[in-house]
Amino acid sequence: MPGAFEGETVTRRRFMTAVTHSAGGIAAAAFGLPALGFAIGPIFKRQPFEWQIIGTPADFTEDNYATKVITIVAGIGEAGKSIAYVRKRNPQIDTEPHDQWNNYIALSSRCMHLGCPVRYVEAAARFVCPCHGGVYNFRGEVAGGPPVRPLDRFYTYVPPVGHPGHGYIYLGPRYSVNSELERFSPRDPGEPLDGIGQYLYPSRFDTPVRPSIANLPLPPTVPGVGS
Amino acid sequence: MPLPKLLKRPAAPAPGEPAPMHPVEAAAEAGITVVDWIDERTQLSQGLRWMMFRKVPKGINWAYTLGSATMFAFLNQAVTGVFLAMYYRPDVNGGAYESIRNINDNVFLGQFVHGMHKWGASVMIVLIFLHMGRVFFFGAYKYPRELTWIIGVVLLILTLAMGFTGYLLPFDQRSYWATIVGVNINNTAPFLGPYIGDFLRGGPEFGATTLSRFYAIHMMLIPGIMAALIGFHLYLVTKLGISAPPWLKAHEPEAVQEVVEV
Repeated sequence: MPGAFEGETVTRRRFMTAVTHSAGGIAAAAFGLPALGFAIGPIFKRQPFEWQIIGTPADFTEDNYATKVITIVAGIGEAGKSIAYVRKRNPQIDTEPHDQWNNYIALSSRCMHLGCPVRYVEAAARFVCPCHGGVYNFRGEVAGGPPVRPLDRFYTYVPPVGHPGHGYIYLGPRYSVNSELERFSPRDPGEPLDGIGQYLYPSRFDTPVRPSIANLPLPPTVPGVGS
Repeated sequence: MPLPKLLKRPAAPAPGEPAPMHPVEAAAEAGITVVDWIDERTQLSQGLRWMMFRKVPKGINWAYTLGSATMFAFLNQAVTGVFLAMYYRPDVNGGAYESIRNINDNVFLGQFVHGMHKWGASVMIVLIFLHMGRVFFFGAYKYPRELTWIIGVVLLILTLAMGFTGYLLPFDQRSYWATIVGVNINNTAPFLGPYIGDFLRGGPEFGATTLSRFYAIHMMLIPGIMAALIGFHLYLVTKLGISAPPWLKAHEPEAVQEVVEV
């Protein structure tokens, strides 16, 4: 090794340089990596989602949507609220498979183009988005404009007779559907789910599991009513 | 009433004695001494001379000031932004909107400073594109100034990111929905999009930390990077010199033009 002392495989100057650089690198990584993980952590975090009561069977019909204010993120006031359009399942119209999660059809008001709030226009039986003209039919399927998939839905649950919470409609987490109304884990607006869409836009690491129906939150007891 | 002693013209010095200094002169002298003291230890004046008194080509015009104008727009944003931060509260539960309302309605000059920041943002974008147009149409991005151009493009992107993150901070309906749409546009990038969206929002939904996240990115992360890159941009401008306007004919040095006799 030129420049090195006899029997040494590296010059002392080069060895010192390497040591200093590694020490600096380790020191920088010691604060840099935790800080980076801290910043990107939410990507991997599983968000809890509780069942919430949205009404009683008397609130909903088969041929019109009721507007319900729901909580998407608790504890942040208005910014955490959203709107769901809810109706009773109508077997004549709703041809997708029936199970215990869709006795009531709850559509998200979030437009599947870029996330603006759609409103239900009863006279036209259409959902219309104010931002870029997206239109959805009565079942929430795309009827026109730029949206890439039907409106997202929420799981709904009706506790059977004798179970806690009976007589109320519960709304659970959101899920996404493709144009066949097949269920997918919740995606963000603008991400198509037909064809290769579901592979181009993978589900997030933190896909929420459907919360258990064992511990449904019970409605607040009204003083003087029932027991 | 006699003049105070300080303001009186000093009496003529006795022969052989140095003339006593007038107080104004003495003050100026003290200032020069302080500056000299600092400069002797830092040699900053060399750098200033290198930057401010450099040679520029013939034929430059007002279009060459657009870069400086952009920098002053940035400084305006930095200064007004720092002071807005003294009154702003990134509270997603109504506090952010309320603090902006307080700035606009109650704080002395609040509406003015907020307006400077808000309109200054648009002015900065306009100036950047005019500056970029000047550089492009004058061909000033060519060798050896490519790196200056690339850094400029990064600065443009960072400025747009500042616009995006700053737009949420007033936290009114327009801010909220513009951010929802903006984040969802990011989501539409294949493969990485959903993760970018989660990073921006701090979770799968617009939540409690989205606003503070945008606030931190807006007032600390990006401005720091931008200030460093602007410094590097200016260093390159000074180091490489500015290019002559394209209509100016390059003159060969006379020595080259000499006819060689065969």
